[in-house]
Amino acid sequence: MIGAEAPVFIPLAFLVSAMLALLLGVISRPLAYVTAIVGSAAALFFSVRGLQAVLADGPISYHLAGWMPPLGIELYLDPLAGFFCVLLSGITLLVMVYGRHSVQHETPRKEVPFYSLAMFLVGGLSGMVMTGDLFNLYVFLEIGALSGYGLVAIGDKRAPVSAFRYLTLGTLGAAFFLLGVAFIFISTGTLNMADIARVLLVSQPTTPIMLGMALIVVGVGLKMALFPMHAWLPDAYTHASSTATALIAPIGTKVAAYILLRVLFFMADPEYVRHDIHLTDVVGYLGAVGIIWASVMAITQKEMKRMLAYSSVAQVGYIALGIGLASPLGFIGAVLHVINHAFMKACLFLVSGSFRLRLGHSSIPKLDHGVGRVLPWTSAAFSIAAISMIGLPPTAGFFSKWYLALGSIEQSNWVFVAVLLISSLMNAVYFFRILERMYLKPRSASDDGKEAEMPQQAAPANNEAPGSMLVPTLVLAAGVLVLGIMNAWGISHIIEPMIPEGL
Amino acid sequence: MNGSPDRDQRDPCLDESLKEPTDSIIVDIASRVITPFILLIGLYVFFHGHYSPGGGFQGGVLLAAGILLLRLSLGVAVSQAIMPTRMTLRLAAGGVLVFLGTGLAAVFLGGNFLDYHYLPLPGLSPEYLRYYGILLIEVGVTATVMLTLVAIYDELLGC
Repeated sequence: MIGAEAPVFIPLAFLVSAMLALLLGVISRPLAYVTAIVGSAAALFFSVRGLQAVLADGPISYHLAGWMPPLGIELYLDPLAGFFCVLLSGITLLVMVYGRHSVQHETPRKEVPFYSLAMFLVGGLSGMVMTGDLFNLYVFLEIGALSGYGLVAIGDKRAPVSAFRYLTLGTLGAAFFLLGVAFIFISTGTLNMADIARVLLVSQPTTPIMLGMALIVVGVGLKMALFPMHAWLPDAYTHASSTATALIAPIGTKVAAYILLRVLFFMADPEYVRHDIHLTDVVGYLGAVGIIWASVMAITQKEMKRMLAYSSVAQVGYIALGIGLASPLGFIGAVLHVINHAFMKACLFLVSGSFRLRLGHSSIPKLDHGVGRVLPWTSAAFSIAAISMIGLPPTAGFFSKWYLALGSIEQSNWVFVAVLLISSLMNAVYFFRILERMYLKPRSASDDGKEAEMPQQAAPANNEAPGSMLVPTLVLAAGVLVLGIMNAWGISHIIEPMIPEGL
Repeated sequence: MNGSPDRDQRDPCLDESLKEPTDSIIVDIASRVITPFILLIGLYVFFHGHYSPGGGFQGGVLLAAGILLLRLSLGVAVSQAIMPTRMTLRLAAGGVLVFLGTGLAAVFLGGNFLDYHYLPLPGLSPEYLRYYGILLIEVGVTATVMLTLVAIYDELLGC
């Protein structure tokens, strides 16, 4: 019963709690926090039930207001969408639990709008994941994007500027997407994605369809921060509050990647996209260039959040590379990297938030081995996530890169193989320099004289982050390990049923 | 809503004169006369939304225009009586909840989301159920659009 209704309950849980957070926040601010947690927990429950129902009985199609598709709006839950919903609501729940002290510390007196916007953002993203209608997808995209701009703007002093930049580029992306949808609509006469797929299979591909697909890829690429359309991302992630970044970074760009998967492999004929208009090649090579470029930029950054932001651009590149392979192995690699990266990057951004709360900064040159003593568990979580980002077994990051590499070798695409190898080394460079400072660099060797300002000077006491922040961080770090060890089971039981037939 | 004290110092455009009533008696009297008609047209457009051109968004914008005209001419303090600033966003959230609640009521009574056929309004034939169902969600849309526009104005003014 609940399984069949899950498609509509997941976004509703988020949207209702967004409104309730606003109303209950008037009574007392902590109530907004509680509402956000209850809303995400409810959404996680519905997502899990939905995914169970889908894996047991096949895809669920939910007709809004009882109107039959293709005329009515359809919410469509298949293994891929169900999996994304579970991932999305799970990460949201953890990040919301984490938010209690961090939001209070970084953006005081803004808690109520923060939690309300966060719920709105995730509500929009979950709608994007499930909708079966291209125009409805645009509507959810804008719901998610507009609340994302607001969420970025609730940050430090420079946040409004970066939020405005994000807004300008994000709106441009949405406009491209809408234009692409219009081209598809005039060519096929329908907006329902399953219906478009049927029409495209029997009809001769025309220029408007080609143009529409290309415009959709450009628009979604902007949202996804695909190189060279990533310019909004580093600023937005750096200046937003840590909790907001930890929410947007793992799932925001991933949902855009999901749209690419949906449009290129489910809506259009994969053969057509790959061989006739070479769209997947474009996405793959842009991803490959983005990996190298963003890794170079990440190495040069001094601020940890900014470094992680550039690293996000690189990781989006991996997903794009998997999409570009347009093969079952590439698909597995891309989807696996989506979930792995969501766990790793959420964990890393949460750690940077804990640093900001306890150390007052997250600047890499100021870190020294005191950090490893002051925040032992947080540092341990950071190390696990960092090792996974580099891609060392048995952490999760290794396996997604493994599948991407297998997919590249299968197609004899040595450029992609070289990119994967080089970028792993570059990841090692920029993460090991932090690990080295955290555990090995003695305090006295710090030559910038900044440690005099630090509160714990002589003997650093154990000043671990509060439980509400530590537990989500550790859960995510443990998740990275579990995902790595359980990956064979996950791929055969969850990811393989997702692979579209034509791939 | 939480107008910080340094906001007015930072931005000279937002001086207090925007919050004060107008000096011109023409503007004052005209706005008092025009506003009821704007609000009436707003209600008219809103009540026509479910079976003819019009609807929640347009009606809400017209209603907001009426309130904002009073905010501009009579000043923020006097126009609080028609719509208090602290209530705007809360009522806007309430409007969304009316919309979602209508949809959810249908789900809990056995239909799909927003399927008005299943709404618990006794004594109505199916056509009229849909008729009043749409009216019900239009109430939510109108309230949200109107109050969000007023809230944006008040927020920019910093009151």
